[in-house]
Amino acid sequence: MKLPHPLLGLRPVSEFIYLGDASLIQRPAGQDPSQLGDDATIDAFHDYVYLRDNPAGVHRELWFHEQGDRSWLVVTRNTVTHEITGCELARDVATAHHHARERQ
Amino acid sequence: MRYNVWQVLKQGLTGHKGWQPAFRNPEPKPAYDIVIVGGGGHGLATAWYLASVHGITNVAVLEKGWLGSGNIGRNTTIIRSNYLLPDNEPFYELSLKLWEGLEQDINYNAMVSQRGILNLAHSDAQVDAFARRGNAMHLAGAGGTLLDTAGVRKLCPFVNVDSARFPIKGGLWQARAGTVRHDAVAWGFARAADTRGIDVIQNCEVTGIRRHPNVSGSPVTGVDTSRGFIAAAKVAVCVAGNSGRVMAMAGRRLPIESHVLQAFVSEGLKPTIPGVVTYGAGHFYISQSDKGGLVYGGDIDGYNSYAQRGNLPLVEDVAEGGMSLMPMIGRAKLLRSWGGLMDMSMDGSPFIDKTDIPGLYFNGGWCYGGFKATPGSGFCYAHLLATDTPHEFATGYRLDRFRSGHPIDERGAGAQPNLH
Repeated sequence: MKLPHPLLGLRPVSEFIYLGDASLIQRPAGQDPSQLGDDATIDAFHDYVYLRDNPAGVHRELWFHEQGDRSWLVVTRNTVTHEITGCELARDVATAHHHARERQ
Repeated sequence: MRYNVWQVLKQGLTGHKGWQPAFRNPEPKPAYDIVIVGGGGHGLATAWYLASVHGITNVAVLEKGWLGSGNIGRNTTIIRSNYLLPDNEPFYELSLKLWEGLEQDINYNAMVSQRGILNLAHSDAQVDAFARRGNAMHLAGAGGTLLDTAGVRKLCPFVNVDSARFPIKGGLWQARAGTVRHDAVAWGFARAADTRGIDVIQNCEVTGIRRHPNVSGSPVTGVDTSRGFIAAAKVAVCVAGNSGRVMAMAGRRLPIESHVLQAFVSEGLKPTIPGVVTYGAGHFYISQSDKGGLVYGGDIDGYNSYAQRGNLPLVEDVAEGGMSLMPMIGRAKLLRSWGGLMDMSMDGSPFIDKTDIPGLYFNGGWCYGGFKATPGSGFCYAHLLATDTPHEFATGYRLDRFRSGHPIDERGAGAQPNLH
């Protein structure tokens, strides 16, 4: 398996470390001290830290290029066939999430 | 037909013409008291203990493929009870005790062979940790012996004790551990459950979980399958690597990721490995099958996968671990490799629990250690299904344990499934 790094081209998977589902970028808010300890806040963090969609099929996931340029990537990969159909810098994905949240 | 020595003699003298199929191949009935989704080792064991311990026989086991096509026929056949934490160790010891009496219980030769397991330690701190784990094992009645370097050398003269990078400082030996012929476990449990009237239905894939829309709590009413709707008061999910897919049919997310683990077997050799040897520093473990092949493996590949096959970097990594531990393995030819789906949980420990949906039960999250748990898991799952209360040795295996702050994290790796 090779990952199509957006800056460095095809790189072997052994250079990378896997973290998990790309939704881990979207950490819930809840830093407001008045909400700490609320069931809703705890539920949101529990779901964020522990629960996964774990799909059989297309999966967006975080990889870290440890033996390379040390960038975080969001890779779109099929978990049944291992086919890779997308690879973006996680920074760009996170920035897009941030802008989308600000527009709301 | 009961299997015994007289049958073997009689059939031998009559040309082996009287043997019958080990179990029926029934059509699904319209309704059952309990439908077990998944005819792997755990599902079939659950069916057997429902019948033999609780007297519940209006049960179907639904298997999407053929018996032995999943992890029960893909694992590396190791049984052991050498855990540390109090939520785990008594459970795995229960399972090992059930293995010890299994063949008499189900009247089937599963080739249970208690040849022992040796976990190697590579630092003084690890020797101390193994002493502590050994004490936990003794508290649960599992036994265990701490070996020094000389003890390891005597047991396994072929290991590289003086490795410069990972010297072997000692090991934890559990003599009652061993190996079992894995697909015989599926066939044996299926045959035993079948003799009590339980329907083991192969080539029957569950495609949906139906719920009652107009009753409070919306309890399950049955499952849609590739062979039509089957009604059931209780649906017991037990599908290992496919847990995420099946529970998604009920709209539930799980604290589980599916990963692929590879295993390997060499050409057949004369007896050379006395039991099971695990080499934590090199992520490598090995045993020798009764046919003589060296059966070995290492880490999971490390990324979500439903492919039942792995990638080459891990093959290289496992081979390096083997060469580092026992250089003589370089003389053996690798015969086959394959992959299986692991339901890796967020703390490396399993679940045997009710869900929030009335009538829907879940058993899964066994990571890469489910085979040794097969009889214990079936025993405790059957207890839960029959009594609606967790078995006393499985009270920690709850689905809400992360929410309530009671994870069972043997490795201390946190919510990172590929590190467990």
